[in-house]
Amino acid sequence: MKKVFSRPKSLKPTPFRYCPGCGHSLVHRIIAEAVDQLKIRTRVIGIAPVGCAVFAYDYFNFDMLEAAHGRPPAAATALKRVMPEKIIFSYQGDGDLAAIGTSEIIHAANRGENLSVFFINNANYGMTGGQMAPTTIHGQRTTTTPSGRDAKTSGYPLRVSELLATIEGVSFVERVSVDSYKNLMRAKRAVTTAFLNQIDCKGFSFVEILSPCPTNWGMTPQKALQWLREALIPVYPLGIIKGKKCN
Amino acid sequence: MAKKKMLLMKGNEALAEAAIQAGCRFYAGYPITPQNEIPEYLSKRMPEAKGVFIQAESEIASINMVYGASAAGVRAMTSSSGPGISLKQETISFLAGAELPAVIINIQRGGPGLGNITASQADYFQAVKGGGHGDYKCIVFSPFNVQEMWDLTMRAFDKADAYRMPVIILGDGVVGQMMEPFHPTKYVRPGLPEKDWILDGCRGREPRVIRTLFVGSGELEKQNILLQKKYVLIRKKEVMFDAYDIEDAELVVVAFGIAARIALSAVKELRRKGKKVGLFRPVTLFPFPEKQIADIADRKKRFIVVEMNAGQMVEDVRLAVNGKADVLFYGRPGGAVFNPEELYRKIKAAYPRVAGTAG
Repeated sequence: MKKVFSRPKSLKPTPFRYCPGCGHSLVHRIIAEAVDQLKIRTRVIGIAPVGCAVFAYDYFNFDMLEAAHGRPPAAATALKRVMPEKIIFSYQGDGDLAAIGTSEIIHAANRGENLSVFFINNANYGMTGGQMAPTTIHGQRTTTTPSGRDAKTSGYPLRVSELLATIEGVSFVERVSVDSYKNLMRAKRAVTTAFLNQIDCKGFSFVEILSPCPTNWGMTPQKALQWLREALIPVYPLGIIKGKKCN
Repeated sequence: MAKKKMLLMKGNEALAEAAIQAGCRFYAGYPITPQNEIPEYLSKRMPEAKGVFIQAESEIASINMVYGASAAGVRAMTSSSGPGISLKQETISFLAGAELPAVIINIQRGGPGLGNITASQADYFQAVKGGGHGDYKCIVFSPFNVQEMWDLTMRAFDKADAYRMPVIILGDGVVGQMMEPFHPTKYVRPGLPEKDWILDGCRGREPRVIRTLFVGSGELEKQNILLQKKYVLIRKKEVMFDAYDIEDAELVVVAFGIAARIALSAVKELRRKGKKVGLFRPVTLFPFPEKQIADIADRKKRFIVVEMNAGQMVEDVRLAVNGKADVLFYGRPGGAVFNPEELYRKIKAAYPRVAGTAG
């Protein structure tokens, strides 16, 4: 009998402890599959963020570094510069990358560091219990915007992908989502492209992944996917923003 | 005997070259006075040595780059001055927690806040007592001339690797900016444990993780106890100090770094005038030479601590003396530099009036 589906070698046989319906486990899986398919598992070093995905190192079956909140792009810069033959990626959430780490991400991009960055946008701070993130959309209720985000006091949803696409050092930016099988496959192609760009020394690649957080959105997993489609995607349109797909 | 080879360099440049000689192959930093000679020198020298030099976008990015390079097993360094070192504290704590070696240079300036750019010793507490969060320590070296900027920098890299921890060189603006001849001691690499913890891809081995988060029950306490054991060992093995004329001294001056250098002139002058004065100079501020100071206190000496701050190391001297002798203090806070005559007067005034009755 032909085996058609199995656990990627790049994932440890550890059950995911993320909340039911959380997008992190899906994103971990597509990254692991891409790493397997590109046969780079023994060359990869991933950097875990501060946030729910700090535990990424419990699941990925390759070398992992945990960095301070927002600082993975700086640590990644050094790892890549001292070991140019290795494949370095950072995995960061919207608090990590779009708030406390804006300086590090912009300048790693601006130096054109040959890195792959995976940015998980779930429009809130998940691990700390659902506070407002820079990516929280207008009117979205969080534990620190109990009446919904109001631009007058809390500003606007930050479109990091569009921002980074303006930087000369950036070679590839795509926004994807994990709300459907079709979108998940697109997300995997984007992740693969980001790795291939690094292998081909094309410079900084950035994939923003819209991901559900049912627990903190206060929704069932199914409702969360619907809200992602109906409320999040209109604010954060999917597609390639800069560069070309590799495959 | 052949004449010893001497070089004439600024303290900051000597430190930078010593880092290269000691095998430092990664540097990241951000401009701040009075340490700019270090990144300027390394921007040229590091590529020659086939290492990586990065002028980072911030102090925070610099230290996190050092964190990344160190995780890859490369000898890595950053340098700054007070305000910049304050910004780096978070990741100094991470380096300690993750047990990553790193060398951090603080060419101190006056504080608090922006303060000024003259020499100061007001970052003693920050370097020795932590600065960042959590129960951790850094080995702290205090060079008092350009020769020590060279020698202690080399030693800093070895100790960082030996104990897998951040090591701080607490210099100051005077020694950093001063040019004086020194002997460029050749770097000899000591026997060090193999770096079997680095992240370089899991080819032919199990994947590795470098982390500071320990959420399992009792896991963090266990990790902290391991760190404390390391600090106990360091206290036992790594103390460095210099003592001048303390055998028969009625009054012992305790000072570190540039203050000790200035105090030494005053002490020599007092000796010429027949006063039994000695100088004790901690070279490592952590580990602090507490046993040596306690031993002197047992012999009923009187101490005067002089520092270019409002009184920081004096607290550690008092802890070591533990009430067994008088501990006086003279300090100049806010970036003011002593002159030898001033210290001559202050030390003389502290001298016990009847010899043999001190304490």
